[in-house]
Amino acid sequence: MGKVTKFGDDGEEVTMKETPTSHQPEAHDDVSMADAGEEGEEGEEEFEEETSKVRLLPGSTPTAASFEFLEENHTLGNALRYVIMKNPDVEFCAYAIPHPSEAKMNVRIQTYEGTTAVEALRKGLRDIQDLCDVVSEKFLEARQEFTEKKAAASA
Amino acid sequence: MGSSKKQTSVPVRTKVPSPEEVEKRNTVHINAETVTNVTSTDFPGFYPGEDHAWDIEKFRQSVRVQFHQNDPYEAQFSLIGVDASIANAFRRIMIADIPTLAIEDIFMWNNTSVIQDEVLGHRLGLIPFTGGKEGLHNFLKWYKKGETPCDYNTVELELKVKCENNENAPADSKDPKELYHNAHVYAKDIKFVPKGRQAKYFSGENAIRPTNPDILVAKMRPGQEIDLTMHMHKGVGSDHAKFSPVATASYRLMPTITILEPILGRDAEKFQKCFPEGVIGLEKVTKEEAKKKGSGYEGHEGELKAVVLDAMRDTVSRECLRHDEFKNKVKLGRRRDHFIYLVESTGQWESDAIFLESIAHLKEKAKRFEKMVVNMVQ
Repeated sequence: MGKVTKFGDDGEEVTMKETPTSHQPEAHDDVSMADAGEEGEEGEEEFEEETSKVRLLPGSTPTAASFEFLEENHTLGNALRYVIMKNPDVEFCAYAIPHPSEAKMNVRIQTYEGTTAVEALRKGLRDIQDLCDVVSEKFLEARQEFTEKKAAASA
Repeated sequence: MGSSKKQTSVPVRTKVPSPEEVEKRNTVHINAETVTNVTSTDFPGFYPGEDHAWDIEKFRQSVRVQFHQNDPYEAQFSLIGVDASIANAFRRIMIADIPTLAIEDIFMWNNTSVIQDEVLGHRLGLIPFTGGKEGLHNFLKWYKKGETPCDYNTVELELKVKCENNENAPADSKDPKELYHNAHVYAKDIKFVPKGRQAKYFSGENAIRPTNPDILVAKMRPGQEIDLTMHMHKGVGSDHAKFSPVATASYRLMPTITILEPILGRDAEKFQKCFPEGVIGLEKVTKEEAKKKGSGYEGHEGELKAVVLDAMRDTVSRECLRHDEFKNKVKLGRRRDHFIYLVESTGQWESDAIFLESIAHLKEKAKRFEKMVVNMVQ
């Protein structure tokens, strides 16, 4: 604890949200650190840990594909399944965690002609972001209203 | 969905279900022994001719939030109009993915108490701490294993207590707390040792301190002592429960109680007792009601009838379904899209901020994966 590195007050490049949500899997951090070192790209640290955590599983066609998400669980799996199922171009969508001791989550998407499974996945991820904005907005409104009401009642 | 794979033209989906139909679809039936109508059906293609495609504007209009209580360490609110998968994602993120600071490493210099090192270490780890929000959320960063502990990723704490005889104890006292000094070691005995810039963020009322100072950590007798240094790091609940920012983060579905046929007189009183206080009220049957034919109130003017006052307070014990006199007179249910959250903070976040953080976290996660999906195809 003795050593205190000299950083500017707001000088840290890595903000909290960009670092992994769990600090357990050290191995991944090490790999990405090494990668960043090899490439020698300075000022690109923001992307250093963005080793892809999603991959297309073998045996896919444009309209039917399975995706493997690393270090994800029911939290994203079920929410993503729901918004993708809300897409009328999607024929089938489901998620699975093939084995409980592997931190992997698979999503299967089958679409009708005219769109692709990748596009449906992308739209799903975008829809979740929009949804979050709306819920956040509504939550703040309701909180504001509640605080004002309470203040008026006690005044 | 339709069976044909070659469906290229977009079918017209203009049918709109009636409000009663929507209500019916959104109610989970609670029966005496079973639960029915449990799955949500609001997907495109489930009801022919209806449009259930994701629409952010429609969602904006239908989703609602209602606050019931908002204290720093306990908040209760309803999130209405979302699917269980979304509500559950927020709940899971609150428990497992919002970072907090907790004791992670302990350097035990001396422990002659009867509590074994590892048990004492475990007890210390579970003590919730609080401190200046700005410092906790913005100044402190992640600590990666093997890194040098620094002021921005490690908080140092100290516990140094020695149990001794109290010379001034009353002669006839049998209470160890009077007979000895430091017979009980409490969370408040833990001292925060500010390092570097921590003095700026964690001083005065912002100091790192246990949320509940009276947590009993160990008991000792004269001659025993505990001397240790602790390092706190940021972590998440999925790694260890001690990092969870909430004591509980849960939701339940809004209960519904529908009285189908009048419940009167003594039955009404009995009916009221089947529910927690405040759920069912007793009102007198009015003249108008008694006059109305087919209402079931004819000739009962002035008698007491059971009315639903506040279904939210119900625990849905289903006690009323066990009695024959209420058979076919009451229907219990739950609203599928009405989630009543209860968030109890352990002190590092305001309880409402935990929920907001969970929304931000889900958005951030989706954003990160969207980027990765784009990169994957390239």
